[in-house]
Amino acid sequence: MNKLNKKFWLSIVLALVLYGVVQILLTTGALNDVYKSMFLLICVNVMLAVSLNLINGITGQFSIGHAGFMSVGAYVSAILTLDYDVPFVLTIIIGGLVAAVCGVLIGMPTLRLNGDYLAIATLGFGEIIRIIMLNTEYVGGASGLSGIPAKSTWTIMFFFTLITVVVINNFIRSTHGRACIAIRENEIAAEAMGINTTLYKIIAFTLGALFAGMAGGLSAHTFYVITPGSFNFLKSFEILVMVVLGGLGSTAGSIVGAVFVTLLYTYLRDFPEWRMIIYSIVLILMMIFRPGGLLGRTGFSLKKFGKKEAKANGGISDSSAS
Amino acid sequence: MAMEYFIQQLINGISVGSIYALIALGYTMVYGIIKLINFAHGDVFMVGSFIGLFSAKYLASAGLPPVLVLIISLIFSMTISALLGITIERLAYKPLRKSTRIAALITAIGVSFLLEYTGVLVLGPQAQGFPDILAKKQYQLFGTSIQVESNQVMILITTIILMIILQYIVRYTKTGKAMRAVSFDMEAARLMGINVDRTISATFAIGSALAAAAGVIFGMTYNSVDPLMGVMPGLKAFVAAVLGGIGSIPGALVGGLLLGTVETEISSLGYSSWRDGVAFAVLILILIFKPSGLFGKNVREKV
Repeated sequence: MNKLNKKFWLSIVLALVLYGVVQILLTTGALNDVYKSMFLLICVNVMLAVSLNLINGITGQFSIGHAGFMSVGAYVSAILTLDYDVPFVLTIIIGGLVAAVCGVLIGMPTLRLNGDYLAIATLGFGEIIRIIMLNTEYVGGASGLSGIPAKSTWTIMFFFTLITVVVINNFIRSTHGRACIAIRENEIAAEAMGINTTLYKIIAFTLGALFAGMAGGLSAHTFYVITPGSFNFLKSFEILVMVVLGGLGSTAGSIVGAVFVTLLYTYLRDFPEWRMIIYSIVLILMMIFRPGGLLGRTGFSLKKFGKKEAKANGGISDSSAS
Repeated sequence: MAMEYFIQQLINGISVGSIYALIALGYTMVYGIIKLINFAHGDVFMVGSFIGLFSAKYLASAGLPPVLVLIISLIFSMTISALLGITIERLAYKPLRKSTRIAALITAIGVSFLLEYTGVLVLGPQAQGFPDILAKKQYQLFGTSIQVESNQVMILITTIILMIILQYIVRYTKTGKAMRAVSFDMEAARLMGINVDRTISATFAIGSALAAAAGVIFGMTYNSVDPLMGVMPGLKAFVAAVLGGIGSIPGALVGGLLLGTVETEISSLGYSSWRDGVAFAVLILILIFKPSGLFGKNVREKV
């Protein structure tokens, strides 16, 4: 067994231990409902952050419409549960797949754009999805869907999150992931090396949308109610904060960012405006003083401050700067 | 009758469009010069509106004549917002001049949310009433049923005056020439002895002042301002700037007016809840089929 595999299995074991500990604490009632929903929210946010990181951090395509995909997954899975009695896990998967189809449809035209134009186009699509939900009577219009059964348990949440992290992390390490990183570093050079840049951008976008959709479905089955208003630009911004905070391009960073933002969210629940002010100040200071994020561009490794990674820490890069 | 209705909506559209155009100018000028989508611009518009509100209330209670109240609060709001624009540029964007465009974009989004939620914290989330500075009157146009409000006339006059001043500054003053030079080639301009930092500050100042003017006009038209009011007009003004060709001043004007009329016509057809969606659909279509916009230059990608 080589070193990479050993590290991989070690992290899986550690994750399972974490799962077990939380599960025991929850079943014995040592943690109350506030903490329970906090742990569920952490899982949702980790899925969102890791999937956005694949698009923004790894492939270097700046998307700020992630909440749109989340809402597609949330609505599809909620309708399947409410109107068609589809088994729970299946609704989540179908929700993710529909979001992925939206990802392909949105990605094909927009991924020809780069840099800030792409950002604006994804923002536009996110808003259009929200406005479509708002105007569709079948999904409840502005008041949204309510009475969604809370079927997301810690076990289901955790394993969906684990699958997300493992799949995306292994994707990043594969040939295809390397191609995505090449696109981030220099799109023109990558194309010259024979990488089908459009294809890989769409693959990354679709994969990101798939997991965002699943996260949406899971969150819909946690919080009873979904409204178009809860998937607005603010939500996309929150996901972006998680990714940027942890370090664009680092899966471990995205997880740390997601956990941090969720804690901030839980403890500043009664002061929403302070929360937003802290987010934005953190974001600005981060970009000015530490554009690589808290962890920089390290991979999902246990010795995060190893020499090799420290050297590889760079600022985020932008393919459109020529 | 249908024709009159159409023209009526067109007139309403032009006044909404003027507001978009004034905001879009700031986007397009800043983008032209440092290639940054200044997300915080819509929130400068909000700040300008609130400053206009406070100064108008204060001046009206001091017993000044309405026209004077309008002019003084407009100038006051524009000045303070210009200073705000310069401060934002100095503190948040200048340290990032050398870093990537995405880093600058993320910072701009951060500044935008900072302004919005500082506003919510200080002013409270609820909307506040904007006083009627000028008495509202309605005029009939040439004996037809088409109505023009005094406010719409005021908006058009203010917009035209500001446009003329802007054209003068950009075409004939030293600052304007420096701005055009810097947007053409920053490094070459620096080598020619142009103070690039000062020119960028001037661009932010002018753009923010125009946004503040739009904010005061917006307040007078809709009589209601709140700390999050800048989000949608800001995004739509950006759409207008892209529509007209980002970096082009006449483009921003035409794009704003065009978007304003399209939106009003769509609302008048009874699809007002789809209005925002249409603006974004327009944006995406423009980006896909003609990213340089109506008046923009085509820029070839360099290796």
